[in-house]
Amino acid sequence: MTALLDIDQLLNELETGLRQVLADRGVDQPALIGIRTGGVWLADVLSKRLGLDEPFGELDISFYRDDFSRIGLNPRVKPSSLPFDTEGRDVILIDDVIMSGRTIRAAMNEIFDYGRPASIILATLIDLGARELPVQPDVVGRTLALEAHQRVKLRGPDPLHIELQEAGH
Amino acid sequence: MTANDPSPHHLQLTRDGQLRHFLTLDGLSRDLLTDILDTADSFIEVGERTIKKVPLLRGRTVVNLFFESSTRTRSTFELAAKRLSADVLNLDISTSATSKGESLSDTLLNLEAMASDMFVVRHSQSGAPHFIAESVTPGVAIINAGDGRHAHPTQAMLDMLTIRQHKGGFEGLKVAIVGDVLHSRVARSQIRALNVLGVAEVRVIAPGTLLPKDVESLGCTVHYDMAEGMKDLDVVIMLRLQNERMEGALLPSEREFYRLYGLNRDKLALAHPDCIVMHPGPINRGVEIESAVADGPQSVILNQVTNGIAIRMAVMSMAMGGQLAERQRTQTQGGQV
Repeated sequence: MTALLDIDQLLNELETGLRQVLADRGVDQPALIGIRTGGVWLADVLSKRLGLDEPFGELDISFYRDDFSRIGLNPRVKPSSLPFDTEGRDVILIDDVIMSGRTIRAAMNEIFDYGRPASIILATLIDLGARELPVQPDVVGRTLALEAHQRVKLRGPDPLHIELQEAGH
Repeated sequence: MTANDPSPHHLQLTRDGQLRHFLTLDGLSRDLLTDILDTADSFIEVGERTIKKVPLLRGRTVVNLFFESSTRTRSTFELAAKRLSADVLNLDISTSATSKGESLSDTLLNLEAMASDMFVVRHSQSGAPHFIAESVTPGVAIINAGDGRHAHPTQAMLDMLTIRQHKGGFEGLKVAIVGDVLHSRVARSQIRALNVLGVAEVRVIAPGTLLPKDVESLGCTVHYDMAEGMKDLDVVIMLRLQNERMEGALLPSEREFYRLYGLNRDKLALAHPDCIVMHPGPINRGVEIESAVADGPQSVILNQVTNGIAIRMAVMSMAMGGQLAERQRTQTQGGQV
């Protein structure tokens, strides 16, 4: 499993996949947005790898989460920051792990409050399946099927690495 | 503390330490006050977007219950609730049911029957929001928008947000509150907040007739001479002279008060050169403050108003979140029994 989760290998997959999708869609000036916290670290790395000059955006979805009515407000909310106008832009949205799809739904709702993008490309480092909403990434670093007692987490930002946790019995 | 402990210190907090009412700053920790300021910072960013709205309170009903008139506080609470996507009902009770003889309890029962989720309460009686929080249906959040001479916690917190924005933090700051401290619920909440957040020194500058007894026990030093009190200040907070609350001759005259305690350019020059000037509004030009100072480069009075919306969004969403989380827990526990 450790070999499967080599961060450089997964980043290569993500970069190659993104270049392919951008070429297929004819997008040459994408706006990059990472979802806090892991997605922001990845946006930082991919922005350099893809040679994007424009600063990337950081999204904190705490005000858009659908579990507010169950657990209340995340006390560690930070301001979102989109240093560009999203209106009419082709956006690459990045997160570290996708599972239920609820985070991505919340992130897309938030992005639309800034303006109407021309398109959104979704990239995630790891796809764990177990979707609860019809949201699918366009580019994935690695698809994993975890055992019930296993958890995966991106740690960072320096060095960036993937941690596989085995929950106790 | 047991599950059903209704002790006043914990009336505002859930068992997990989340805010569920916002009545006073008494008993709230520095961490919680910092959480409120941090959350408000995030809401400031929302206020700069094309669509200045987030869905946190969508489908919730917020009732602005003002037993005492107010323009700025009521309108910023209304805007805050609307930017959180809540439905808002504004009730100016001074011109409404109570004048027809309905009691406070009956007014509240009727409003609760309309499935309200939050009451924002301003009342001339100290303790009224506290009374309401104790008697209201569980799950409904109460926010104090100013009660008598007791507290005005959202005003104090928006002032703290303004200070943090301009000074970067609280450590080492010298802050003075000038004027009618006696009638000011704002001053009480400010002194509390400044001490909890850890400024170096809180001063009050006022004539003895406009100071409450034992004012030092709130955590401040007293200066009767404004020139002396202004020395080395980083922040000066002017208070409005509350003529409507004054009984008897507490002041010789407004002109005399202005000469001794009004903030003009000469007195401001005695403070630190980058001292900021604050005022909770509405300002009485030429009574507490010279126009050239109120409109001058060191004035942050209009920043305070903008920050008022963000602070109220933070407090409302945190208290509603605490109430909703508690409702959820109660339901889950009920299901297990």
